[in-house]
Amino acid sequence: MTKFSYPEQTDLEKFVAWRYRKAWVWQVLFLSALLIAILSLSALILDVVDGAFGYVAYEFKNDPALFTEKPLDDLNKDELLTVLQENLSRGAYNKLNEEKIMEQRSEGELYNLVIERIIQVKTLETYSLYDSLFRKAEIEAEVAELYPDARLEFRSWLTPRFLTTPMSSRAEFAGVRTALFGSMWLVGIAIAFALPVGVGAAIYLQEYARKNFINRLIQTNINNLAGVPSIVYGMLGLAIFVRAMEALTSGAMFGVTDSNGRTILSAGLTMGILVLPLVIINAQEAIKAVPDSIRQAAFGVGATRWQTVWSHVLPNALPGILTGSILAMSRAVGETAPLIIVGASTFISVDPNGPFSKFTALPIQIYQWTARPQGEFHAIAAAAIIVLLVLLLTLNATAILLRNRFQRRF
Amino acid sequence: MTEQPNHHLNLSRASFRPGDLKRKLRIGEGAIETLLFIVGFLTIFVTVSIVIVLGDQALLFFNDPQVGFREFFMTTQWQPAIGQFGIWALVSATLTTSAIAMAVSLPLGLSAAIYLSEYASPRARSILKPVLEILAGIPTVVYGFFALLFVTPLLREILGADKLGVYNMLSAGIVMGVMILPLISSMSEDALSAVPSSLREAAYAMGATRFEASIQVILPAALSGIGAAIIVGISRAVGETMIVAVASGATSKFTFNPLEAAETMTAHIARISGGDLSYNTIDYNSLFAIALMLFLVTLVLNLISQWVVAKFREQYE
Repeated sequence: MTKFSYPEQTDLEKFVAWRYRKAWVWQVLFLSALLIAILSLSALILDVVDGAFGYVAYEFKNDPALFTEKPLDDLNKDELLTVLQENLSRGAYNKLNEEKIMEQRSEGELYNLVIERIIQVKTLETYSLYDSLFRKAEIEAEVAELYPDARLEFRSWLTPRFLTTPMSSRAEFAGVRTALFGSMWLVGIAIAFALPVGVGAAIYLQEYARKNFINRLIQTNINNLAGVPSIVYGMLGLAIFVRAMEALTSGAMFGVTDSNGRTILSAGLTMGILVLPLVIINAQEAIKAVPDSIRQAAFGVGATRWQTVWSHVLPNALPGILTGSILAMSRAVGETAPLIIVGASTFISVDPNGPFSKFTALPIQIYQWTARPQGEFHAIAAAAIIVLLVLLLTLNATAILLRNRFQRRF
Repeated sequence: MTEQPNHHLNLSRASFRPGDLKRKLRIGEGAIETLLFIVGFLTIFVTVSIVIVLGDQALLFFNDPQVGFREFFMTTQWQPAIGQFGIWALVSATLTTSAIAMAVSLPLGLSAAIYLSEYASPRARSILKPVLEILAGIPTVVYGFFALLFVTPLLREILGADKLGVYNMLSAGIVMGVMILPLISSMSEDALSAVPSSLREAAYAMGATRFEASIQVILPAALSGIGAAIIVGISRAVGETMIVAVASGATSKFTFNPLEAAETMTAHIARISGGDLSYNTIDYNSLFAIALMLFLVTLVLNLISQWVVAKFREQYE
């Protein structure tokens, strides 16, 4: 018996097959959107790594072999000090000693002095990691032709020394120490302001607020503040903290008179206001997640509202609140635009020593170095980006760990 | 009846009555509530001070005899050095970079969201989603570095170095699109996942393919959330500073050509205020006028986005 087939069947089968082909094509397109995103992220990370390592063509005015038998990198602090004493003129040594006593300087600073004052290195050309790995012969030929006296050396711009030495006007000696301290101060001040205020506001909105016009206004307003561009917060900080409250933020009220309002305090408070909506929204979510039965149990044994909040709601919401504040911290670490507006210094070589000192921060350094045309500054910008990304990754990992460790299911 | 002393509870002698609880005035409780309210109200204070601060300085700018509303909104040259303040020179660059950013982030973000919510297995999702989250957490100054030192050289290789300068709006816009992509995809994915599965199942029962179910049933149902995501994305693009400050150039120019270098509103504020600008000069005040515009534009966009979500949310169940 032959199978019955009506005339339209083949058409229908074709149509269905076409529909499934179309579906398959679109699925591939959707997936490729994700792949493009992943590709961009990889390209970004590879680009940064590519910039932070690679061959550098140096020119030495004085050969290091004349001073020491060991390679320069292996010298310890005392040996570096001896090299400096032996090879600097007495006057120059004493001058440096007056700036900062030699014995108190770190090994990195001494190393930089040796390179800067005695060997007098000059960077001629920098090459990316990719080129250094795959075009080594070409680079060697190029350097031999263009700079006959140069030495070619593979250099990692990201070194322990990079982390521990202060800023310098020469890329070869620059470090991110001052910028790291600046960033830490900033985040500290920002969180010290935003955490209590933010959690307080969240408690009010979740536990106390009745549904009236003012409370709806506050809620809408918080959602809106989260969408205000960061540069507008910068302008706010400039007008209020730097100028209107200059007496306070410059420290003039406390007898510190050597600065204007462009201090860490101003910048930290600006950052605090910037991350405030973020802290509030996260804390609200955390408080919302505490089940009502816990509150009712507390009320049932006669606790007042504040007692309920303080001893039952807050302890249960704490992991969520902490996670939110760490996310806020990582936002504050990465923000750049408001700091430029509030007046981050571009060149600071002393550590910040209090809320009233001038400041610089990691993203500011990255911005400054990226904007310069010389290749060696791009290399240290890339190294600083790696430091910044590692810092952010650590913060985010902490947030995730905290959430997993203390998360409680009700 | 013998007297049985009640050692445990003698209500008649107790100084404490249940009724007292009600009447007790708790000053501490009230103080705490007031304090918390003040803290919450502080956010309104922040908004008000933004408006006052920006408005006050912007008013000084507009009242200056040299400029005024007419010049600000009607001319297309922005040269503070010779007293020309036509905002369109900066707005054109902002619009161009934002348009490029949306052209990149909208199709990619939406596709990624549809894949994650409709196609991906839970396992694939748990791997792919964190990648997008990493992309969202990268500071914009790093994106600026990426735009200037990777994307621009790449584009120059493709398009020719004579056509595309070292600073251009195209690479800034593309990288900005990559930056906004995770925002669009995560907001859209939330909206798509919120569509009840009964709709999906109904579509599949009718014989729809996954693609047909996604595009014809689930996407329309999630449209309000996706619309909100798009508007927030635009607002983010308009307000973004560091990518354009690094990659799109430092000359204000009235142009919509993405291959040219031009300065956006945000980049201009960052560049001028980064230097040593003296207070209360016309340049200084002009920055507040720009910032006020920026604030109002993004505020309106954010309000629209919230309104869209509230108004057009499809209610199921």
